Amino acid sequence: MAAVAMTVNGKAVTGDIDPRTLLVQYLREDLRLTGTHVGCDTSQCGACVVHVNGKAVKSCTVFAWQIDGAEVMTIEGLAAPDGPLHPMQEAFREHHGLQCGYCTPGMIMTAVDMVNRKGHDLDETTIRHELEGNLCRCTGYHNIVKAIAAGARAMAHDQGKGKRAAE
Amino acid sequence: MSATGIGASVRRKEDQRFITGRGHFTADLHRPGETYAFFVRSPHAHARIKKIDTKAAAAMPGVLAVLTGAELAADKIGSLICGWLIHSKDGSPMKMAPHPALASGKACHVGDPVAVVVAESLSQARDAAEKVKCDFEVLPAVADPAKAQAKGAPQIHEAAPGNTIYQWHLGDPKAVEAAFKLAKHVTRLDIVNNRLVPNAMEPRAAIGEYDAGNDSFTLWNTTQNPHVARLVISAFVGLTPEHKLRVIAPDVGGGFGSKIFIYPEEVVALWASKRVGRPVKWIADRSEAFLCDAHGRDHVTRAEMAFGADGKIAALKVKTIANLGAYMSTFSSSVPTYLYATLLSGQYQIPAIYCEVDAVYTNTAPVDAYRGAGRPEATFVVERLIEVGARELGIDPVALRAANFIKSFPHQTPVIMNYDAGDYAASLKKALQIADIKGFEARKRKSAHHGRLRGLGFSTYIEACGIAPSQAVGSLGCGVGLWESAEVRVNPTGSVEVLTGCHAHGQGHETTFAQVVAERLGIPIANVSIVHGDTDKVQFGMGTYGSRSGAVGISALVKALDKVEAKAKKVAAQMLEASERDIELKDGKFTVAGTDKSLAWGEVTLNAYVAHKFSGQELEPGLKEGAFYDPVNFTFPAGCHVCEVEVDPETGASEIVAWTAVDDFGTVVNPMIVEGQVHGGVAQGVGQALLEGAVYDQAGQLLNGSLMDYCMPRADNLPSFKVATVVTPSPSNPLGIKGCGEAGAIAAPAAVINALTNAIGSEALAMPATSQSVWSALQKAHRAAA
Repeated sequence: MAAVAMTVNGKAVTGDIDPRTLLVQYLREDLRLTGTHVGCDTSQCGACVVHVNGKAVKSCTVFAWQIDGAEVMTIEGLAAPDGPLHPMQEAFREHHGLQCGYCTPGMIMTAVDMVNRKGHDLDETTIRHELEGNLCRCTGYHNIVKAIAAGARAMAHDQGKGKRAAE
Repeated sequence: MSATGIGASVRRKEDQRFITGRGHFTADLHRPGETYAFFVRSPHAHARIKKIDTKAAAAMPGVLAVLTGAELAADKIGSLICGWLIHSKDGSPMKMAPHPALASGKACHVGDPVAVVVAESLSQARDAAEKVKCDFEVLPAVADPAKAQAKGAPQIHEAAPGNTIYQWHLGDPKAVEAAFKLAKHVTRLDIVNNRLVPNAMEPRAAIGEYDAGNDSFTLWNTTQNPHVARLVISAFVGLTPEHKLRVIAPDVGGGFGSKIFIYPEEVVALWASKRVGRPVKWIADRSEAFLCDAHGRDHVTRAEMAFGADGKIAALKVKTIANLGAYMSTFSSSVPTYLYATLLSGQYQIPAIYCEVDAVYTNTAPVDAYRGAGRPEATFVVERLIEVGARELGIDPVALRAANFIKSFPHQTPVIMNYDAGDYAASLKKALQIADIKGFEARKRKSAHHGRLRGLGFSTYIEACGIAPSQAVGSLGCGVGLWESAEVRVNPTGSVEVLTGCHAHGQGHETTFAQVVAERLGIPIANVSIVHGDTDKVQFGMGTYGSRSGAVGISALVKALDKVEAKAKKVAAQMLEASERDIELKDGKFTVAGTDKSLAWGEVTLNAYVAHKFSGQELEPGLKEGAFYDPVNFTFPAGCHVCEVEVDPETGASEIVAWTAVDDFGTVVNPMIVEGQVHGGVAQGVGQALLEGAVYDQAGQLLNGSLMDYCMPRADNLPSFKVATVVTPSPSNPLGIKGCGEAGAIAAPAAVINALTNAIGSEALAMPATSQSVWSALQKAHRAAA
């Protein structure tokens, strides 16, 4: 067994886990944060994307012990439970950027990371290229691209308004 | 139109839980005392199981049970079935082989489950599965449908000699032969409709739980039709009586057909839960999904279209071999027959059609309905033939289509269908406008200037949705009725729950069904909840597939709302001391015609329950009504998709530079959701045309069984789409809805291939038209021209 300690969505957590436990398994099975999904077994689909120390990571591709001491944020931590939605979440709803909802948490976490790295003025080509690690079978990406562009702009506006629970 | 009524792009009610990570997919659920199942699967496409030694596995830590086909048979768990009986042209019934949930005696495809390990944890189950010793005698295999019937081909099931399941036909061969003799021109094509892996993003999953106290089972399952699953598992597999099985389909992450079917794993999870006395959870890996989910398409077709001197289509002749894989999946037999040949008339007046279909077993995963199911295959045949025919005849493909359009309705085709309404010229005209066809030649010159080839492709498709009139499908061999049910429960405070037999897995029913209720009863959409996916709550329903939820499910809802309104008016009449004939319901208010007396919706609903204003003799208390709606006809969505591509002749790389979709879905409840359905459907169609194709080698090994090897469309493979509608309401249901879920996947492949072949000037291009195959086709064309 391996001891792990990390911060997940602002809360300190510790565990004693089988060393082969993937981060996504730790989040889903041990912490019961089931918003992070598993869509493949080859690190292709991006349904499991979370933020580790502020960067997007496919949580199916790291062992939980590898990020001992890290700060992890999952889709559940993007907005405060009683606060407003994160602008990217709101943009996905407003622009119908989801259908079945399975890829959505990974898409949103990737989108926020994209904005963190590329800024708030994202053109269609950039967004489509940056989504190379996330698969969606429902939407044909059209509305996801629109949602991310709008969400990116809204995040700029939101930053002006000051503090949010996360990001 | 109100802000939330029919025709409004209401933002989806279901989104809140998905965007915050609080959805409840099957794999997210935990049952007290749950255990985990892991399947041992055949690594061979065709092999006799000589012996399975489970001793070492059973002794591994945490293992509760290791079960094989022998235990399954001992417990008298029956075979999975195909529920649509097709007869061959000689009158004999289809030759369906048994399909045990764990292979018995023989494994028939790679991934066929031969044993299951149930353990305290998933990793313990996996570890133990490696210790199961299965002694296989490998047999020769056949994966290619075109080779399955050959003399000397490996015989897969005793029940089906020559691996032939049926030899079916539809249409009038004599009329077709006569027309071909008189034809001025015949266009001939050999078509392979490539095999696709559905790949809904949520892999299949099941939790089986046995309650010994009540001798009953519960199954949480990734299914598009929980009631059909319950019916099949009880009545055919014989696990337990129907009333002792509850099936719950919680949030389901996409289906596209692949989650209609009843699969071995859910049967095993239920059965094993009784064996171990604890809940058994199984979640598919993506690799298992590739090997074991029912695939789609896989047709080999020879098609010929005869044209008269006037450019009119005189006849169509089609011969198809359809691969159904190693076992007949739940509705597999219907896909290459009644969902395929019946659509071969397309949007065209075709006097004579004849189609022959041989369905074959192969040592591959089962093949069944996948988005469009038979209709994409039919559309590809018809739309490639008319496009190539136009090119061969030197006629503008648009003009040839328009000249052959069906213009008056109802129209009886020679292949069963009776089209009730449509305006094909209108969708074509609008598409030409939006796609700026007039500017194409200039764009083509510009591309040429940059060394690129530009091509334009059309697909004027038709589909049959609103599946389906029960009597009609019953007469064609379907084992079930395809009506839909709805129950409207009005609470004392006036809020409403709708229980529907449809099931949403991305379609947004919680919003669209609520829009219909909100508009009809004049109540806020927030006061309406939609309940689906639980056989203990919804009495019965046929589920969601075949673009049926709007045309059939909402029609059932409208019928139930009619009854609710009638009952509510009776209550209002008692309260207002007026005749119920004089009561009107508008904008959530009951009024008495010609007076100023009125009651709010909530006053009437409360009184329906407190029942103080009427006696039990006069009126039953309560406000709850149900309805079963059986369609009177299929619906016929149709439209025109235009694809514009650019090809780099040096590399064969192609890019879709523009996409126009003009569809006629009849009445549209929520345009935002409908557009989303078109986007997704087109993406899957483009995937089929350019990127996707399951490849089996001669030994029956799937060569591209992962998302690293099987090319799913990604964001940068696709353009933004221009989507519009024309509306001719369906006369066959109360709101005039036709259905929109599959149109994109049906229309798109032909539009893409027509565009690419137009660009490269060669028709010899198979799907998926990868860069390599486009490049090869170009080289071949150059050599031929040299």
